Amino acid sequence: MPDTDGLQRLAGVVGGDEVVLGTVVRARRAELHVRPETVVDVLERLRAEGYTMLMSLHGVDYFPQEPRFGVAYELLSMQEQDRVTVKVRVPLDDPHVPSVTDRWPTASFQEREVYDMFGVIFDGHPDLRRILLPEDYIGHPQRRDFPIGGEPVLFTGNEGDNPGWWK
Amino acid sequence: MGTVAEQDEAELLTINMGPHHPSTHGVLRLLTTLEGEVVRDVKPIVGYLHTGIEKTAEDKTYWKTVPIVERMDYLAYYFNAMAYCGAVEDLLGVDVPKRAQYLRVIHLELNRLMSHLVWIGTTMLDIGAMSMLWYGFRERETILDLFEYSGGQRVHPRYIQIGGVADDIPAGWETKLRRFVTEMPSRIDQYEALLSKNEIFLRRMKHTGVADAETLMAKGVTGPLLRAAGVPWDLRKAQPYSSYDDFAFKIPVGTTGDNYDRYLVRVNEMRESVKIIQQAIDGLPEGPWVTADRKVALPPRHELATSMEALIHHFKLVTEGMRVPEGEAYYPIEGPRGELGCFVRSDGSSKPARVHMRDPSFINLQSLGDMANGEYIADLIATLACMDPLLGGVDR
Repeated sequence: MPDTDGLQRLAGVVGGDEVVLGTVVRARRAELHVRPETVVDVLERLRAEGYTMLMSLHGVDYFPQEPRFGVAYELLSMQEQDRVTVKVRVPLDDPHVPSVTDRWPTASFQEREVYDMFGVIFDGHPDLRRILLPEDYIGHPQRRDFPIGGEPVLFTGNEGDNPGWWK
Repeated sequence: MGTVAEQDEAELLTINMGPHHPSTHGVLRLLTTLEGEVVRDVKPIVGYLHTGIEKTAEDKTYWKTVPIVERMDYLAYYFNAMAYCGAVEDLLGVDVPKRAQYLRVIHLELNRLMSHLVWIGTTMLDIGAMSMLWYGFRERETILDLFEYSGGQRVHPRYIQIGGVADDIPAGWETKLRRFVTEMPSRIDQYEALLSKNEIFLRRMKHTGVADAETLMAKGVTGPLLRAAGVPWDLRKAQPYSSYDDFAFKIPVGTTGDNYDRYLVRVNEMRESVKIIQQAIDGLPEGPWVTADRKVALPPRHELATSMEALIHHFKLVTEGMRVPEGEAYYPIEGPRGELGCFVRSDGSSKPARVHMRDPSFINLQSLGDMANGEYIADLIATLACMDPLLGGVDR
């Protein structure tokens, strides 16, 4: 991973303060936080810097923080044996991120997975459908407010506590 | 695919292979468009095995997540545990003792051997060589016995733990391991004698499933598939973790990127794995096998009777788990199928806020079309088998 100076240089390369909201170097990880609408441009500029491979794409829910959802792009430079992470944050009421699938075909399944699990919509994805869950499934299970631990057990008297999401 | 749209639709036939076809190696549906016997388009449909392990992890403490992440890829459980524990160790900032790192390397390489043995057995079964399956499973049995002896279970032993390994190796284990390592090269020679120059095998494997390195890299493919296309990319060399830079080994590389090269790369990788295990067992350092940080590792059993402090740490760790500082980590390792990365986000509590696996099977499966399009449907089976996807890892 690049050190603090290297990350600052990369931040300058991708467009400076106009584009980059912040940089983080922590736990063997260098992050560039950018605006969602610029992500295709940022990844292209990093590709020109040698970060050619998009290794992974994660969705994260930062509930109860706002903007709530995060999408992290893990980039790898094979020549430099170096990694950098680009991260965007989108709010719940407008969860739109431009798709990078046409330039990085590897993102196809991964964007579908983030859409499936979090409900983040990737604009321009050729085939944005659910991938791991059935197509008629309602809800996005990896959101933090989605209940964990299965369906609530019904007893007389606890109807009020029962969210009833599974009905 | 543009070529399909231009064709007269009446000439094309769409068939479903799977979800339970024996050669899909799990529950996978291949939506295949055929023109006669030639594959024009193939779309993998996944999700039948989805277990929600990543969601379940949000409800478990960091310790209790290790056994469930092992269950994602049921042929490479040590790798899943290693990627997850590595990410958590990055967040915690703990140092893993040298002995634990060596023990991890030994178990990871045994697991890689085991995974490749199952691959070679099932792939040869798919193309009609049944005896290879029995040979592969014979050696796998020995490896599982070793795992049972060191970790207590044959599969999913939860041996690799946050901060080190669960226990030191038992007495006599080293002898068993040395015996296995000495005889394994001759066993690999046996497989090669059976297959490498076999006429039927060559006809099924040579010039089928060809894909060049450019296409594979655009699709994010890593591991033996990329190395068979001639890219010497191995995270054990490129970004060494867990003391891999202490060992001398080579990266087997292919040239053409066809199924035969994938077979050769995997067979040679098995030979290199044996060498790594040999070096690790010869140079196994003395010392602790788990970190001394009492906020991470359970205190030794004998201290519980005499030390109040040890008792408190034990109680806190067992009931509440460890509190991991806020932050995010991504820990990539070289799994048997390619780059296996684990992303962990901590919100400062004792449960992970998000665990996500970058599973190589999931990513690699996208390039099936690049390898199989324009070839015969019989070769699609060999290509899919040589890709070695593991559906538990695809769906997680």
